[in-house]
Amino acid sequence: MPNNSSESIASHAEPRRSEAGMLASVTRWRRKIGEPIIELCIRLSGILVVVFVFLIFLFLLRDSLSLFRQYPLRRFLFGTAWLPISEPPQFGVVPLLLGSIYVTLGAIVICVPLGVGSAMFIAEVAPKHLKNVLKSLVEILASIPSVVLGFLGIIWLAPVLRNTFHLSTGMCGLTGSLLLAFMALPTIISISEDALISVPRTYREAAFGLGATRWQTLWRIVLPSASSGILAAVMLGIGRVVGETMVVLMVTGNAPVIPRSLLQPLRTLTATIAGEMGETVGGSDHYYALFAVGLVLFAITFTINLVADLFLRRARK
Amino acid sequence: MEPQAKIETKDLNLFYGTFHALTDVNIRIPARAVTAIIGPSGCGKSTLLRCFNRMNDLVEHTQVTGRIAIDDQNILEPQTDLIALRRKVGMVFQRPNVFSLSIYNNLKFGLRIHGMLSRRNEIRQSVRTGLEQVGLWDDLKDKLSANAHTLTLEQQQRLCIARVLILRPDIILLDEPCSALDPIATLRVEELLRVLCKDYTLVIVTHNMQQAARVSDFTGFMYLGRLVEFADTQKIFTNPAEQLTEDYIRGSFG
Repeated sequence: MPNNSSESIASHAEPRRSEAGMLASVTRWRRKIGEPIIELCIRLSGILVVVFVFLIFLFLLRDSLSLFRQYPLRRFLFGTAWLPISEPPQFGVVPLLLGSIYVTLGAIVICVPLGVGSAMFIAEVAPKHLKNVLKSLVEILASIPSVVLGFLGIIWLAPVLRNTFHLSTGMCGLTGSLLLAFMALPTIISISEDALISVPRTYREAAFGLGATRWQTLWRIVLPSASSGILAAVMLGIGRVVGETMVVLMVTGNAPVIPRSLLQPLRTLTATIAGEMGETVGGSDHYYALFAVGLVLFAITFTINLVADLFLRRARK
Repeated sequence: MEPQAKIETKDLNLFYGTFHALTDVNIRIPARAVTAIIGPSGCGKSTLLRCFNRMNDLVEHTQVTGRIAIDDQNILEPQTDLIALRRKVGMVFQRPNVFSLSIYNNLKFGLRIHGMLSRRNEIRQSVRTGLEQVGLWDDLKDKLSANAHTLTLEQQQRLCIARVLILRPDIILLDEPCSALDPIATLRVEELLRVLCKDYTLVIVTHNMQQAARVSDFTGFMYLGRLVEFADTQKIFTNPAEQLTEDYIRGSFG
């Protein structure tokens, strides 16, 4: 359309013909050559992302499958002992999987109520200036490097827990859960808060107009309306907890045994890979076993992200 | 002897921060009738309406002086029970604002917050009565669990009216209730209002003068935060006392 109009201008305004003609030729050049190049670049970057993900997955799959040529899949999935350097080695993923699940569940129990609660406070209750302060604090919280948190965990949190629960060591699942909860909080708070804020103001007006108190409005109207977004926030928070490595490597005690409680040392999938990768010989069974652990982890986080995405999509409707 | 006024304001002034939104409004709204408040945009008619159930409390830096008596009870007093007030004085908004819940739960919400929840079949009965009053029961009785947002705008607005009616209010405030509806739906909602005014006191804010003429018994004309004239609708539209009212009715401004 713009091309047509520039031509018609050129034909109507005689003295300006050359100028308009030049303009038209610039537009034409842009359309014929410039636009396709830009489009190609964008298309390429889009495709590259897909290719990368796919390659990572293939790579993981290939190296994991190398393990299962030597070591039965069944014993990997259901084996209850992770003894990679004993003779013969045992690569049972169950202790690590349980370690991850324990620590994650512990973190969820702590961070979901806390996170959703803070989001409710920031979105609905806090006065404006406090709201701004809190929001920037949450962002700062998100920017603390995990190794710093791990350090705090070792020198401060672990001794506190040891004394509180009279443990032989404070390096246990609970320490990891607490720190991971702390790390998932910013994600949960900021996404839940977005979900709460995007609930239309008219809902609140309607509820107040019917005589509802602030709390009734929040609990019965706003929260259910934002539930998809909040669930997505929780899932993304969990995704972060499951994938986090440094903190758990530092504070959970690194004992690859089946944990009986959160107060015992344990080890997660992530910490196992990070901790042992440096000691393996490339191409050995142990090396491939760590890739298989990575594949399990990948499957878990992929599922969690998928579910979160489904919730987010429902929230947008 | 004048009839008893349901709502009566005395020297009502309202400020949003430093903005003087209502100036010395004295109005007597009769019971069991439709009272329309008309005037150009920004004249304070919605603000006045929102005084009657104290919805302006939600706006920060609002200051109200004067007296608003509902059944001779000054609702501006600090000890006023806002929850009871808003049950007694229901409100229907400009855009249908149904909750993103099922039709049934939209209606149940009000019952719940006012502790009017009783046995399940009584709730069902209230829901049914409410929907019947607004003419929705036959259409919706088989899909009470559907999300209220799946309804048409007219149905949603009727549901909003039902949500108010179910709480057995005395007064229903309607803030341009038809502005989101098409002309046919508008007429149908107006018919509903004519039926409702036999049992309830209705106050409707509208910028649509024809609507005021069709639906109301009394009309107040507001301009720049003042109530210019208040009289029988018939009188306002045929023989207004004030020049300003006449100019507005004739469409000279606004």
